[in-house]
Amino acid sequence: MIEVADLTKRYGDKIAVDHLSFSVQPGVVTGFLGPNGAGKSTTMRLILGLDRPHEGTATIDGKRYAELREPLRIVGALLEAKSMHNGRSAYKHLLYLAQSQGIPRTRVDEVLALVGLTDVARKRTGGYSLGMGQRVGIAAAMLGDPQVLLLDEPVNGLDPEGVLWIRNLMKQLASEGRTILVSSHLMNEMAVTADRLIVIGRGKLIADSPTSEFIAGSSQKSVLVRSPELDRLAKAIEAAGGKPVAVSANGEPGALRVNGLEAARIGEIAAAERVVLHELTPQLATLEAAFLEMTAGSTEFGGHGGPADEAGGLPAVESPAAGVAGHQAGMGSGKGIAS
Amino acid sequence: MTAATPQAQVPVAQALPAAHGPGFGRLLLSEWTKIRSVRSTLLTLIIFVVVSLGLTGLITWLTVRAISAGHADRRSAGLLADPVSFILGTGLGLGQLAICVLGALVITTEYSSGTIRASVLAVPRRLPMLAAKGLVFSAIVFVLGEAVAFGSFFIGQSVVQGHSVTVGPLTRTITVSLSQPGVTRAVIGSGLYLTVLGLFALAFGVIIRHTAGAITTVIGLVLVIFPLLGLLPYSWGAHIHAYAPTVAGQLITADHQQSGQLLTPWQGFGVFCAWTALLLIIGGWMLHRRDA
Repeated sequence: MIEVADLTKRYGDKIAVDHLSFSVQPGVVTGFLGPNGAGKSTTMRLILGLDRPHEGTATIDGKRYAELREPLRIVGALLEAKSMHNGRSAYKHLLYLAQSQGIPRTRVDEVLALVGLTDVARKRTGGYSLGMGQRVGIAAAMLGDPQVLLLDEPVNGLDPEGVLWIRNLMKQLASEGRTILVSSHLMNEMAVTADRLIVIGRGKLIADSPTSEFIAGSSQKSVLVRSPELDRLAKAIEAAGGKPVAVSANGEPGALRVNGLEAARIGEIAAAERVVLHELTPQLATLEAAFLEMTAGSTEFGGHGGPADEAGGLPAVESPAAGVAGHQAGMGSGKGIAS
Repeated sequence: MTAATPQAQVPVAQALPAAHGPGFGRLLLSEWTKIRSVRSTLLTLIIFVVVSLGLTGLITWLTVRAISAGHADRRSAGLLADPVSFILGTGLGLGQLAICVLGALVITTEYSSGTIRASVLAVPRRLPMLAAKGLVFSAIVFVLGEAVAFGSFFIGQSVVQGHSVTVGPLTRTITVSLSQPGVTRAVIGSGLYLTVLGLFALAFGVIIRHTAGAITTVIGLVLVIFPLLGLLPYSWGAHIHAYAPTVAGQLITADHQQSGQLLTPWQGFGVFCAWTALLLIIGGWMLHRRDA
């Protein structure tokens, strides 16, 4: 179990992690979600003892990372930043790590086979692709067969097949009762991978809940409305307490996305105003929508970045594999937020 | 290069055998693997050996030839006055720069490549890692340094041995031998000096963390700043110069003391060791304190 209590880290004037507290339980994949620069990597570095916190503590099974004997046998970590020498082979990189923990050589061959790098393991890592480098990092994390894994953006640089592989690996490891914290800014990836979500923005905790609850709890259950008299309808909806936003659905203008009102209520308003409706469709909340809604507050604080609706323009990268799996898992409407 | 398909079924459940044996021995093995598995180590050490032995032979031979041809100057006078120091000072004087470079590289490349993060994750207490690195590196430099020091001596000896030189009314035959007073100490001392010099450079590598910055600093100090301290006036200037790290350290590579020398060879070596220990303590403290 990973426990973070009141963790704070500043870089000069900038506060990277701001009194953050959460715990990560074994047996499930916990997603660590936040926009770029939210403090995910810094938090992981603090847990791993690479950085020194200004306040608070981070412990793994009750101990600070620095207190662990043979830490690689207890905690496996994949860092976002590159952490191997271009001129050293993957085999030698893993070998020196194994030797430092008294892990036998045969385990190096095992983890190389696990990540599919056996054939190129003796070559210098400088010639590796981004995805191959990532696999060396995953092999290093698995070296000590650890009970706790921290993976910072593990799908970075992986092809769709690799993405699927790492997702299944994480699920399998969690099902064996291990503690898994995986960070990502890819919301759809988290929707299909993580059982639980810890969401941070500007170094602060925004949400800590099961993934399904996180999506369901979102108020972003919007309704798509299409009408030839949008302006009049929008005013009436606003008067009734709804929040209409003009959107161009499927490339056509002339639609509103309404938050805060049920579809039935909008229908009643339209009838009262004698406005013709061409479409009235409740939109399913997606993790992305929920995330943007949740983090909107934290971006607003900074004075730049607008309300949640405008934040739809943020780089909401969706890998093809994640999208496909999103349908399989029954999450996401497939439409997401039109923007 | 392409990667093979990763295994669909993950064989992760089997238990690893428990670790055994002393912890620090493992770190030594780990650092030995690290230092062996990059090309820069081998390359720098080859340069060290070739430059040291090659230049010792070449410069000694050219100087002897110049003396034989009657071109007596300051350099040839140096060879006549103190052949052992001359032999040990030529090639190794330049070869020592390779040791400075390697000493800095063994730690700065960890920072430039990001390996330091993996290393610190494996050894979160950090200082044992630095200690193991220092021990492995200095063991390599010691073995190779002694070999090159003796090699240089024997090469130089074979070049100068038995040459007769006429200076003024006297004709002298140059003889150098390990059995002469102070000679064996000077040769062994050259290897010791190089060993401590490597650690001196390593300490700057830990403190500065950038390859170019660390190498420039160390070489600038050893080749320029410390020798220039000799230009300082008065007795305090002489003292500052005498106690400068490598100036003091090099005393042990000379077979006999110069007149007016403030420190004996072993005292000088002690001063150099003390400086290096101080820098390593500062470096270790910074490694411990700073974010990796």
